[in-house]
Amino acid sequence: MKNRSLISINDYSKEELLKILKIAEEFEANPRQKILSNYVIASLFFEPSTRTRLSFESAINQLGGRVIGFTDSSSSSVKKGESLRDTIETVSLYSDLIVMRHPIEGSARFASEINDTPIINAGDGANQHPTQCLLDMYSIQKTQGTLDNLDIAFVGDLKYGRTVHSLVIAMSMFKNTRFHLVSPEELKLPRAVKEFILSSGLTYEQYTDINAVIEKVDILYMTRIQAERFADPIEYEKVKNSYILENSMLENSKDNLRILHPLPRVNEINEDVDTNDKAYYFQQAQNGVFVRQALLASILGLR
Amino acid sequence: MNTKKKELKVSAIANGTVIDHIPQGHVSKVMNILNLENFEDQIYFGANLDSKKYGKKGIIKVSNRYFKDSEINKIAIVAPTATMIEIKDYEVIKKTSVKIPDEVIGIVKCFNPKCVTNHENVITRFTIIDKENLKVKCHYCEKITKKEHIEFL
Ligand SMILES: [Zn+2]
Repeated sequence: MKNRSLISINDYSKEELLKILKIAEEFEANPRQKILSNYVIASLFFEPSTRTRLSFESAINQLGGRVIGFTDSSSSSVKKGESLRDTIETVSLYSDLIVMRHPIEGSARFASEINDTPIINAGDGANQHPTQCLLDMYSIQKTQGTLDNLDIAFVGDLKYGRTVHSLVIAMSMFKNTRFHLVSPEELKLPRAVKEFILSSGLTYEQYTDINAVIEKVDILYMTRIQAERFADPIEYEKVKNSYILENSMLENSKDNLRILHPLPRVNEINEDVDTNDKAYYFQQAQNGVFVRQALLASILGLR
Repeated sequence: MNTKKKELKVSAIANGTVIDHIPQGHVSKVMNILNLENFEDQIYFGANLDSKKYGKKGIIKVSNRYFKDSEINKIAIVAPTATMIEIKDYEVIKKTSVKIPDEVIGIVKCFNPKCVTNHENVITRFTIIDKENLKVKCHYCEKITKKEHIEFL
């Protein structure tokens, strides 16, 4: 994977993704190896995303690397009207690898074609956010001991959530994944993604009631439902409280069930779930650091 | 064949290519894609001609010019029904239907207003994921555009 950009989860083969997950285990065991002490990594956040940025910066700093960049475009030359091409050309001269977050879809792909400096896409609008997908896969593998034969429920906004789309596509590479899709009628998984599941020889079921899946799944992947996704505010009011997970609902769930959430959460997981051993969302966020370390090390040819 | 011969007689060319069965309204796009606007030899073109197969159609006749398959296929996305007829000494020597290519570079505009190709100076690029129903996927934003939403640059 040396010098290869990661823009979309589909850029890497199943074997390559598994290799990154394997390397991440090594960093989880020992996250403070100073392997990046001779490297400068650019972190270009054209829109703010504190969570993702801190995770990347922590990953880099723990490995002894230096970070240059900006945290939102208002404080950069971009505001003065510089083209993305010029920004990337310039920053490439100062750094070994560029991590970028940009509100425009396809911007990371475009940036990766400007010159040879590898790019890690930290989110391009509603399009892709592959490191989130990697950390989700890592969390599933770690908690279940496998990525095959799993029952995975996705709950909430399945229509607009790119995290869900990417993870569904990634999990479709594995044997016998069964998808349980729980959402309001208005926010069902797009047809193209469902077709992808079927074309991979797998199956899915759709539900509107979260209680219908809790007892049969290994992974419960919760997402936020945003008011602005509804054309009719009354519709939002009707559904907003029906996708909230409470501790009492988990009583008869499987022992190996783990609850994931890409964070930040608003109210879709009640705080009384946090102390349940099945709550895994904070460890999931921490896994993001190890996966990003593994990715940086692979792309820079250090693993 | 009879109708074809009649048409060719109207403004027959001795040598060159006739691009027939261009869908109504797409003659100038085909000219543009094949870069015929700057072509120096004779070109005849017609629009709103009657076609038995397609109702109305357009036609372009280019003197002393033949096209490579790769050039021909570029017009497939705007004129999937088009036929290329090569003429030598007033005789038809070859007839080819255009084939939808695997990829289109330039020509098509991405319908996604948030796509980088609509914000930065980037040449558009699409893979054709469904040749029959003409569905294209943007190389950049990865959005799929259906036939009815395809716009040309
Ligand atoms: Zn696009």
